[in-house]
Amino acid sequence: MSILINKDTRVLVQGITGYQGEFHTARMLEFGTQVVAGVTPGKGGIRVHGVPVFETVAEAIPPTSATAACIFVPARFAKDAALEAIEAELDPVVVITEGLPVHDVLQIVEFARRQNVHLIGPNCPGLTVPGQCKIGIMPNHLFMPGPVGVISRSGTLTYEIVAALTRQGIGQSTALGLGGDPVVGISFTDALRMFQNDPQTAAMILIGEIGGSAEEEAARFISAHVTKPVVGYIAGRTAPPGKRMGHAGAVISGTEGTAGSKIEALQAAGVKVATLAGEVAALVRGVV
Amino acid sequence: MKLHEYQAKELFAKYAIPIQKGVVIDRPEQVDGLALKYPLVLKAQVLVGGRGKAGGIKLAATAAEARRHAATILGMEIKGEKVRRLLVAEAAELGAEYYVAFTVDRAARRMAVITSAAGGIDIEEVARTTPDQIVRSTADPFLGVQSYHTRQLGRRIGLSGSLLSDYVGITTALYRLCVAEDAELAEINPLAVVAGRLLAVDAKVIIDDNAVYRHPSLPKNEELTELEAAARAEGLSYVELEGDLAIIGNGAGLVMSTLDMVAYFGGRPANFLDVGGGATTENMKQAIEIVVRKPGVRGLFINIFGGITRCDDIARGIVDARPPVGMVVRLTGTNEEEGRRILQAAGVHAYVDPEEAAQRAVTLTAGAGRQ
Repeated sequence: MSILINKDTRVLVQGITGYQGEFHTARMLEFGTQVVAGVTPGKGGIRVHGVPVFETVAEAIPPTSATAACIFVPARFAKDAALEAIEAELDPVVVITEGLPVHDVLQIVEFARRQNVHLIGPNCPGLTVPGQCKIGIMPNHLFMPGPVGVISRSGTLTYEIVAALTRQGIGQSTALGLGGDPVVGISFTDALRMFQNDPQTAAMILIGEIGGSAEEEAARFISAHVTKPVVGYIAGRTAPPGKRMGHAGAVISGTEGTAGSKIEALQAAGVKVATLAGEVAALVRGVV
Repeated sequence: MKLHEYQAKELFAKYAIPIQKGVVIDRPEQVDGLALKYPLVLKAQVLVGGRGKAGGIKLAATAAEARRHAATILGMEIKGEKVRRLLVAEAAELGAEYYVAFTVDRAARRMAVITSAAGGIDIEEVARTTPDQIVRSTADPFLGVQSYHTRQLGRRIGLSGSLLSDYVGITTALYRLCVAEDAELAEINPLAVVAGRLLAVDAKVIIDDNAVYRHPSLPKNEELTELEAAARAEGLSYVELEGDLAIIGNGAGLVMSTLDMVAYFGGRPANFLDVGGGATTENMKQAIEIVVRKPGVRGLFINIFGGITRCDDIARGIVDARPPVGMVVRLTGTNEEEGRRILQAAGVHAYVDPEEAAQRAVTLTAGAGRQ
């Protein structure tokens, strides 16, 4: 088992003819993902790495039975693409694109909520179920199947931690990148709930960073509802207030969003929090 | 992107939000002959907060006093920001002061409206000391904010009669402004009663950086340092810090964790540069040239985990750039062997373990400081 996707997931790639879309479609196919359709307005009828390209999502679904969407469309057109996928009830809808205006994201999130569609991102690396399916841009070779669920606001930091797990022979059930924007779809809390209910997952890793209060909310949820062990890591302990640290969402505003507050909340909920990213795998080894 | 008060007020005027009348000047002698009645209030136009406490807001009863204050404030720096303009307005008698703002609520994933009858002071202070004085709600992005919503809010902060009707008009318009102008924050504090009507005495607006392209007519307020601007021009994300060890990595989370690691081992990061996913040789070369330009940099630590990014591309960029300070490289991931070979040929050792590399970088920089 896994969360959100599995070997039966059939992926539609929006923006498949662009540089990123084409490159990562090839990587997803190599991983073993069933990429069954592409959509690029104006490019319908061609094929990209053998995948048929359509003008609209509505036209693409009946002949391909696509079930999920991966969006590489440039930021200024990404809202339209995401709403189109959500209206078609593709699930999950994974928005890789960085730089969406926040008011666009608010509409996308609200529409996904109404349609009961899982929205992942924007500005995220996607998600990977080792050995079964990958949607997004995570590197193919890092993963191995196993019992650990990984949830993260950061791409490369996830790769670093997953690589360390795999080196130590600890596999992953699903690795999920939530995205680095201030407003994103699926939250830590949503993902924790899914992992708690997933029989394959025995432990979770929560990789957070400064900004917002998603980690504090996750801590409250863990206290009340999570019985599986959780290991945490928070990036940005030494980040100064008021500066956006690379991610649009990674900013301490006033007294809100500090690493200290997040670490304290997680520890109070019984989460083992690593000081350095390199300690995460060892802490996980102690609980699985 | 923050707007200056006078820019925010120009935007308010566009949405028919009543504002205190004022004139923007950039030379002290311009206070002469203003068509405004004394006493006047002179307000420094800066993007940093806390200008009042820093002496950037002054009252003047006479023309001589106004000129003197204008000269003082226009020569000031507030938290490192030089005051270039003053907003001069009639110092009206303020009645009751209210607060209203729309801001992105990250947890609710909606725009939140925050309002209070305790305006005119720091709202975070109000939230701490008398949280029952604060009224909050959120907006459905498809329904928007209708008059009945703002009427309910106005009632909850104790308004009635013509002030309630002013409040409804202003608050509804403020939400319209947020959406149409892509504001992530629009705040009126205080929203004050002046001569029986509600008026925006101060104005704060932050435009979403991701949406600036949709608003070519908005002013461009550069808050960037020279190096931050240089990095942005290259499509790189750069943040200036206080120390002496320059840091480059790929991916915001990885770079943040690199800063933490360096601090943990006793080092002091000078800056933060994220080359992003899929960085090319040229990106890497530019990145190195930018971070070492910061005065006081005595060492360079490059921490790359190659996922989408290829270690061989990175290695070529490092070799091309030839940084003028001592450098420690940690390189692992996609095409690692080739990257390592390229660096070795140029006499650069590549670490695999990030912690070992960070410790080495800290030691090297401390050594350079003693020379």
